[in-house]
Amino acid sequence: MKIKSFVGIVAGGLILCSQTILAKEFIIDQKDKAFIVNGKLADSYSVKVGDKINFRNMDPWFHNIFSLSDIKTFDLGSYPQGEARPVVFDKVGRVEIECAIHPQMFIEVDVTD
Amino acid sequence: MNTKKRQVNWLHYIISLLIPIALLLNIPASLAAKTDYMLGQQKMKIPANNQATPARIALGKALFFDPRLSGSNWISCGTCHNPALGWSDGLPTGIGEGQQVLHRSTPTILNTGYNRHQFWDGRERTLEAQATGPIQAGVEMNQTMGVLIEELELIKGYKPLFEAAYPGEGISEDTIGKAIANFERTIVSDYSAPFDHWVRGKKDAISASAKRGFELFDGKARCNFCHQGHNFTDDGFHNIGLPNTDDPGRYAIAKIAILKGAFKTPTLRDIARTPPYMHNGAYATLEAVVEHYNEGGKNKSNLSPNMKKLNLSKQEKADLVSFLNTLTDKQKEFSLPILPN
Repeated sequence: MKIKSFVGIVAGGLILCSQTILAKEFIIDQKDKAFIVNGKLADSYSVKVGDKINFRNMDPWFHNIFSLSDIKTFDLGSYPQGEARPVVFDKVGRVEIECAIHPQMFIEVDVTD
Repeated sequence: MNTKKRQVNWLHYIISLLIPIALLLNIPASLAAKTDYMLGQQKMKIPANNQATPARIALGKALFFDPRLSGSNWISCGTCHNPALGWSDGLPTGIGEGQQVLHRSTPTILNTGYNRHQFWDGRERTLEAQATGPIQAGVEMNQTMGVLIEELELIKGYKPLFEAAYPGEGISEDTIGKAIANFERTIVSDYSAPFDHWVRGKKDAISASAKRGFELFDGKARCNFCHQGHNFTDDGFHNIGLPNTDDPGRYAIAKIAILKGAFKTPTLRDIARTPPYMHNGAYATLEAVVEHYNEGGKNKSNLSPNMKKLNLSKQEKADLVSFLNTLTDKQKEFSLPILPN
């Protein structure tokens, strides 16, 4: 029983570790009331399941990040220039992300296997 | 027209070159910032199926000023959006069917064609969809669309107007909304305000106080956090902590916490013509508006984090008001249409 649970813990740990190692982390900026990826305007982006995106506010005024998509619902609140808040994408599908304060800001994240 | 267009394009080209040069040479930020408020940098989005034609604008103008669009046959769009009162009504909040006092102020329709969202809470995306809303709202014009179409069918003079504007489409909610939208898109600033002359280089177009006011607007007073661009709006939604309001605002449309009590940033163009101010008409004067922002808002519940105490001196507050008073275009004549019978 003890050995079994030990094996279980080790196996579980290994799976967790491998997911963490494989998962990638990205930054999407909010600048001039638009989403910017690698210095370019973007309205879509692709990640793999388990990846994390840090949404970073580069404007002097506050921004918000939220989604009411079927596979992912969140509201990161509002935060000032220089601050980033993360979202981990844990399910396959499309996530529509907006800024509630500036509704013209929109980006769709495509989460794949 | 073409020559004018070319000149404007050249102007943009020169400005876009000047901004980085100004930044490189470390010219005071305000000099570069002025160009942020120049005309014509934002294009109006017009639906492909409703491009402007003189016939569409003429029909829209007639409908806009026709009180027969309301249930009482007594209230037109122009009753509240009155051209003689800055396309608003001069009241703290609107008055609708049966003299009911409404909860929100009548927004000006000046430059509304540039807005990405219509209504104070932004619940409609297009003017076409917006235009037929107040006609059918029980507390506003209190009309039933079916009855309105029947009534318009009986006014002989309308048939040729609809036919010229939308051949073969007939009188419908769709064509009524499209025509009114076309008319509303013609109500735009002509950028003849003293501020515009100053931006274009006429140094004495505004007073020294107004120039200091602009520096404050674009700096210490943080007005530019929301009032941006030629139309002085970020097309965004903010709770600025107004007194006497329990209106959920944008939150009724999108259930995101930050939107509780948040309303659309209005234009500041022609601001001197549209008192009282704010979505609930809380302030009678621009002085009171500046004082509100100086205090960092009155009602702190769910207040936008952009709102901060400003610690403006008496002179600075007066300078801001001077600046705001430079945003009003030269007065223009406006002729009312003779309505069809």
